Amino acid sequence: MQWETVIGLEVHVQLATRSKIFSGASTAFGAEPNTQACAVDLGLPGVLPVLNEQAVAMAVQFGLAVHAEIPEVSVFDRKNYFYPDLPKGYQTSQMYHPIVGAGEVEITLDDDNTKCIRIHHAHLEEDAGKSLHEDFHGMTGIDLNRAGTPLLEIVSEPDMRSAKEAAAYLKAIHSIVTYLGISDGNMAEGSMRCDVNVSVRPQGQAEFGTRAEIKNVNSFRFVERAIAFEVERQIELIEDGGKVVQETRLFDPERDETRSMRTKEEANDYRYFPCPDLLPVVLDQAYLDHLRSQLPELPADKRARFQTELGLSAYDANVLSASREMAEFFEEVHRVCGDAKQAANWVQGELSGALNRENLSIQNSPVSAHQLGELISRVLDDTINGKAAKQVFQALWNGQGKSADEVIEAKGLKQVTDAGAVESMIDQVIAESPAQVAQYRDSEPEKRGKMIGYFVGQVMKASRGTANPQQVNGLLKEKLDALL
Amino acid sequence: MHDKTVTQLAAALKSGEFSSRELTSHFLQRIEKIDAKLNSFISITAEQALTQAEAADKARAAGKAGRLTGIPLALKDIFCTQGVKTSCGSKMLDNFISPYNATVVEKLNTAGTISLGKTNMDEFAMGSSNENSYYGVVKNPWDLSAVPGGSSGGSAAAVAAGLVPAAMGTDTGGSIRQPAAFCGITGLKPTYGRVSRYGIIAYASSLDQAGPMARSAEDCAHLLNVVAGHDVRDSTSVARGVPDYTETLNAPLSGLKIGLPKEYFGDGLAPDVEKAVRDAVKVYESLGATVREVSLPHTHFAIPAYYVIAPAEASSNLSRYDGVRFGHRCDSPDDLIDLYTRSRAEGFGEEVKRRILIGTHTLSEGFFDAYYTKAQKVRRLIRQDFLDAFEDVDVLMGPASPTPAFDLGAKKDPVSMYLQDIYTIAVNLAGIPGISVPAGFAGGRPVGLQILGTHFAEAQLLNVAHQFQQVTDWHLTLPALAEENA
Amino acid sequence: MALEESHVRRAAHLARLAVSDDQATGFVEDLSRILDMVDQLQRVDTEGVAPLAHPLDATQRLRADEITETNQRDSFQRCAPAVEDGLYLVPRVVE
Repeated sequence: MQWETVIGLEVHVQLATRSKIFSGASTAFGAEPNTQACAVDLGLPGVLPVLNEQAVAMAVQFGLAVHAEIPEVSVFDRKNYFYPDLPKGYQTSQMYHPIVGAGEVEITLDDDNTKCIRIHHAHLEEDAGKSLHEDFHGMTGIDLNRAGTPLLEIVSEPDMRSAKEAAAYLKAIHSIVTYLGISDGNMAEGSMRCDVNVSVRPQGQAEFGTRAEIKNVNSFRFVERAIAFEVERQIELIEDGGKVVQETRLFDPERDETRSMRTKEEANDYRYFPCPDLLPVVLDQAYLDHLRSQLPELPADKRARFQTELGLSAYDANVLSASREMAEFFEEVHRVCGDAKQAANWVQGELSGALNRENLSIQNSPVSAHQLGELISRVLDDTINGKAAKQVFQALWNGQGKSADEVIEAKGLKQVTDAGAVESMIDQVIAESPAQVAQYRDSEPEKRGKMIGYFVGQVMKASRGTANPQQVNGLLKEKLDALL
Repeated sequence: MHDKTVTQLAAALKSGEFSSRELTSHFLQRIEKIDAKLNSFISITAEQALTQAEAADKARAAGKAGRLTGIPLALKDIFCTQGVKTSCGSKMLDNFISPYNATVVEKLNTAGTISLGKTNMDEFAMGSSNENSYYGVVKNPWDLSAVPGGSSGGSAAAVAAGLVPAAMGTDTGGSIRQPAAFCGITGLKPTYGRVSRYGIIAYASSLDQAGPMARSAEDCAHLLNVVAGHDVRDSTSVARGVPDYTETLNAPLSGLKIGLPKEYFGDGLAPDVEKAVRDAVKVYESLGATVREVSLPHTHFAIPAYYVIAPAEASSNLSRYDGVRFGHRCDSPDDLIDLYTRSRAEGFGEEVKRRILIGTHTLSEGFFDAYYTKAQKVRRLIRQDFLDAFEDVDVLMGPASPTPAFDLGAKKDPVSMYLQDIYTIAVNLAGIPGISVPAGFAGGRPVGLQILGTHFAEAQLLNVAHQFQQVTDWHLTLPALAEENA
Repeated sequence: MALEESHVRRAAHLARLAVSDDQATGFVEDLSRILDMVDQLQRVDTEGVAPLAHPLDATQRLRADEITETNQRDSFQRCAPAVEDGLYLVPRVVE
């Protein structure tokens, strides 16, 4: 039997506001436990929420970026349940009238084709605190610093058909929210988490299979792995005559499997009703127009422009527009050196390789975009050759010098193009290599081209890499051929 | 001093007749002597009161006294007071020392008033008799076998007995107006949103509103001047200017159009209460007002709608009492569910549990639309009744309660207790202001005249009540208990 | 709508209230009477009437995104039943 996978994602994005969604407490990550949980976050008797305008603006910006309807009125509801990290016994969320309506996101697949994933809606809600299970004499410790951090929950339609599509969708959402600057997108710190709804159905069947919800998956890689495991589990189950039950499952990255969360899973009834402490949020057209006018260029637009205006390949355009930081870095390199293709090659090649080796993000690159741009310029104007450029890059990376020019100067890497100097080095190499010269002379003419490499290498070595390889090649050929 | 109004006491403080310290000591002594009979206070903050009084006297000496500087008050124990136990009448919060002040408390402190303590109340403001307090019943100063009304029964009894010149209460379905009526004092429930709810322990958030309880309408005007206004900490408080409510007290009433809702004079209204109310209306006619009958056709659906909406909101508002961050926690819980269920079962009283269960049930799957959504629709109809009536008349008048104060223990069945609030509850659903004014006696127990106005008509209500009090002295009559112990 | 003990049990569970058998019987009686009273609502014609959640037709005001709160952990935890290292303690939560 051929099976089709159906996936829908609920992505929770922590919005990068300074203060919480309903209180003036800081949202900064990593503070001492409960030092950023104010009276409102703790749900002390008598406290009341007041909505953060920035959280609203960020949610709307997202909505505009995914071409969603923004309803004039949205309403906060209470989702009632007891849990120790939920201080009030309810989560303030939006059940019936979310702030962002239906929209869509374009994802890029491996073959550089694109696909549209529909967004059902996105709503604002408050985050919960954290339970710490280290040993407190067999007790659990509760830290409520995160309680009240604004979340935008983005709910997709079940439009994805593979783990790869799901990961691509998650990446697309990540790039949109980081482009907009409405989230730091830091998955390791939990700024973006997602719940994955997975089901399978026989190829061609119209109705969906029973889905399982995998909770709290917090990396692109885990999304793929969790789905891969879950799909296999469901198919096996059905093929063995079993039935998928609708349930919540947890992905365990250590064991690379999902498992049922029976403990938390009991027939719940959240008793949603409109929060009487908050009034309807009304957004007028002028407000929406203002926010629309402030939108930055978004990933899809950038990707298109990189191809049409800069002549980059679809692949390059996709990689370079994947994150706002990457795109901004690339654009600065390009602005300084003026050559898009070279800029793209350097950013994706030397720079990305070095960043990956040291596990650094591009924002933390030791080589700035400006430095890299200048370095490329020196290659383009023949001041240095490609090999020297790599040395310069390494030096800048290690902090040995403020600019490419400074490193070139200090290390004497400037290309030697003075024909006389190059010729004398060539003469010396020829003089010191009688055996190779004899071999050259005795070979078939068509094989000589290959053999010249040895002499080029020796001359480059003698010049400590500063000679221009093309020039050396040309001169060598002349001189060797003169010996025939 | 105890028989004087806030207005009179403020004048005496200003003229130097006595100091705030003397005044404060006087009332503290009265509380000590008399309150054992009434049980109107849960906490008495004598030391803090005297410190505040001395500060007030200093401020006065420095020429920095405001109108109410140095006036002693009491606060219903639902207002969070920093460093002082704030129990809400519940075992759940018996150990809760609030780490912050309610906005109302901050405003009163800024105005220089003195807090003598926290008054008794029905647990979490759920009740109409003050018999639901963890701290015991409060007795009516007019008759110790009668209830003082609720839920602000402690505030009403304390003011009536002259233990404090005025107090703050809260009103979700009549909890200021009904006890004011039962105890023969003046109590104002402002428009929803007029007074900040920040720091007032929530019962039903879309209905709760704080207001003053005092001897006279003029006193209420002084207090409302201090506590009214927009609060950035309360999204539902209204950003609308606060007039000086004392300035319009003496506007003449000639031409005032009074409506008498026929539904407020029907079955169940005690004849002697009706007589007192009709006599009061005659006084208004003598002041130049005209009277006509009006109809509020959905009146009888107010109690059913309220007993869906208020418990629904309460069931959610009271979920925060889980034994984790504050409040009662059961001994050695086995596990999390045991911690929750036992802490809450031990911490809450019967009526609170009843309302939590009702609210949880009506919000739950399969019942939500039939109860909650339906009640919200009926709520709109109830509000519309009032808005329609105010197209034709300026104010509505009627009884605050169908009977005078009933005997302690008389209402055993919850529903018969709920029906007590027939004339007050619709007002909260509609969010309009209402005031209860002493208007005589029935069987030796006070009767309250309720006056209702449209949204933000507090100035008019206070004016209408004040003019009545210029020509009657029901509000100045003190119970014997207040005098025999003086 | 008749109320059954199972409804009370379920509500008590959702509301995390321990209710003994005796109490459950009492609550079924009380709540039934209350719901009978509430059922009068069904007599009202509400066709075309929008639900009213707030008595005033006001809309939400927004606050500026500013940090206005300072660390008051010590003060807030003074009224907490069990804390350690700044954390609130609860019986072990099994995930």
